[in-house]
Amino acid sequence: MKIAVCVSHVPDTETKVKIGSDGKTIDTSGVNYILNPYDEFAVEEALKIREKDGGEVVAVSLGEDANKETLRKALAMGIDKAVLLKDEHERDSYAVAKGIAEYLKSYEPDLIFVGKQSIDYDNLQVGGLIAEFLGLPSVSVAVKLEYADGKLKAEREIEGAHEHVEVTLPCVVAAQRGLNEPRYPSLKGIMQAKKKPIEEIEAAQAESRVKVLGMKKPPEKQPGKIVGEGVDAVPELVRLLREEAKVI
Amino acid sequence: MSIIILAIAEQRNGEIKKTSFETIRKSREIADELGGTLKALVIGNAINDAAKALGKYGAEQVITVNSDKLAHYSTTGYTKVVSEIVQKENAGFVFLSATALGKDLAPCVAARVDGAVAADCTELKVENDDIIATRPVYAGKALVDVKVEAPVKIFTLRPNVFPAGEPSGDEANVEEASVDISDDDLKAKVTEMTETSKGKLDVTEADIIVSGGRGLKSPDNFYLVEELADILGAAVGASRAVVDAGWRPHDEQVGQTGKTVSPALYIAMGISGAVQHLAGMSSSKYIVAINKDKDAPIFQVADYGIVGDALEIAPVLKEEFKKVLGK
Ligand SMILES: Cc1cc2nc3c(=O)[nH]c(=O)nc-3n(C[C@H](O)[C@H](O)[C@H](O)COP(=O)(O)OP(=O)(O)OC[C@H]3O[C@@H](n4cnc5c(N)ncnc54)[C@H](O)[C@@H]3O)c2cc1C
Ligand SMILES: Nc1ncnc2c1ncn2[C@@H]1O[C@H](COP(=O)(O)O)[C@@H](O)[C@H]1O
Repeated sequence: MKIAVCVSHVPDTETKVKIGSDGKTIDTSGVNYILNPYDEFAVEEALKIREKDGGEVVAVSLGEDANKETLRKALAMGIDKAVLLKDEHERDSYAVAKGIAEYLKSYEPDLIFVGKQSIDYDNLQVGGLIAEFLGLPSVSVAVKLEYADGKLKAEREIEGAHEHVEVTLPCVVAAQRGLNEPRYPSLKGIMQAKKKPIEEIEAAQAESRVKVLGMKKPPEKQPGKIVGEGVDAVPELVRLLREEAKVI
Repeated sequence: MSIIILAIAEQRNGEIKKTSFETIRKSREIADELGGTLKALVIGNAINDAAKALGKYGAEQVITVNSDKLAHYSTTGYTKVVSEIVQKENAGFVFLSATALGKDLAPCVAARVDGAVAADCTELKVENDDIIATRPVYAGKALVDVKVEAPVKIFTLRPNVFPAGEPSGDEANVEEASVDISDDDLKAKVTEMTETSKGKLDVTEADIIVSGGRGLKSPDNFYLVEELADILGAAVGASRAVVDAGWRPHDEQVGQTGKTVSPALYIAMGISGAVQHLAGMSSSKYIVAINKDKDAPIFQVADYGIVGDALEIAPVLKEEFKKVLGK
């Protein structure tokens, strides 16, 4: 079983976003980057399948040299091989997926994992795009997965329900929170990850199709009023909701 | 030649979803500004009757594709249908709701029809015969204005942002189209659907959400949140702290790594308001915070706050809601 996991390198969830001088991207000074939280579920699931069925797990990240840090985290968790698809330019989901799909054509994985979404641009697109570029089926927002006899059974989260999906391999699965509990890298894993080589390949060219014209901050929310303290404030709160906000 | 705008409406169990009416209404507005024709597409099984209602939200024509193989959503099956209709109709713009279905379908269709997607848009403007979309990034900590440069421009619209308005006017003409669906087109096949919260509303679909956090002290106290939600016809939400603790199910989690919501009213009970929580709910129209600590960050985004013990306040709040709502 050959499993590929796509991992993206994104600002920490604590990041206070400042607009950069180009007016189109964020100011990255002082920003701490992490392995995209959803991709941790993807890596974990890949490792679990390898532990059961054997094979190899390769993590792929498209981006700058800095993405190596995220690949090292995946190595520390226990993946076998890391590949950096190098490109110094910003890419949209379309161009990222093109670059990754080109690489995967030569790697020919049986299973491809992505995260539900990258918490930077929140696009939720790379998985579906890769699948279609490779002519494969995909399952997004997977919260449960069972693999047996070349067939995957997955549950995907939709509004108020789970869809049970059956899909044949090869396919793309996008991991959602709830799928598993990602492991913490062991000290040994972290030490070994430092020594493992990261393969570097120029990413296949692709044009971005969603052009950013400008970035702005959302309108600042004014702190509202403290209606009062304790249960005595309840009637006034309800009155405000009804008469001022008109939401109940 | 007139521009064709295709809006995908969504059904579950044969019923058109409310978010689809929002999407059709906004698509209508865009079609008028672009001087184009709006067609709506509904996929399912025996859905022609339900589809007519889309006319009352602005669709001039409704195309349906019916098949027992399409009664349930299938990524590959629906991708094929939408892609074929886009090509047949020569649609230049495609609109979907940013629901579970829309978010799954949009990128797959984009790849097949040589398009690209601006996802989860919260504003759409027509400028020079093209659309400028505004979409939140970094969990809503910033917004970007984007333009799609591709032969087929696809947009998913965030639910609860664009008003559906009241139905008016005539029902639409329904024209049935046929698309061949073979087993090979159903490589990803939905075999079953299980309701995770029987009869309960999902946070992403609710107009009102009552959310609880660690300040509720114990999972046993969540009945207080549930009772409030019940009276208001609201959904129950949760902070990650209580989901991680196993007090509440994953699908209730609101926040950066949970769900993004924008209800008319969000009531946060015993939630501190960590940045990751705010990321998921700060675009709610009205926010109420009930927290013991007057310095809790949730009060920075709340429109109305009460400083106090949520366990004491909840039962009183329930009675007061009952009173004014006549229940
Ligand atoms: C990568 C990452 C992703 C994350 N994603 C999310 C996410 O998606 N969603 C999310 O919610 N969090 C997320 N978090 C976690 C977030 O940082 C906070 O830890 C979490 O939101 C805290 O939950 P809480 O407010 O319930 O608990 P606490 O922070 O413990 O706050 C409890 C609050 O209750 C108040 N309180 C206590 N007793 C009472 C009482 N009797 N009556 C009234 N008030 C009382 C306290 O004053 C306090 O403000 C994420 C964190 C990380 C690192
Ligand atoms: N630059 C990238 N390199 C590798 N994988 C990526 C990259 N961007 C996105 N992905 C993968 O695609 C998923 C969805 O990302 P997105 O569509 O950008 O929200 C992520 O969770 C990753 O698994």
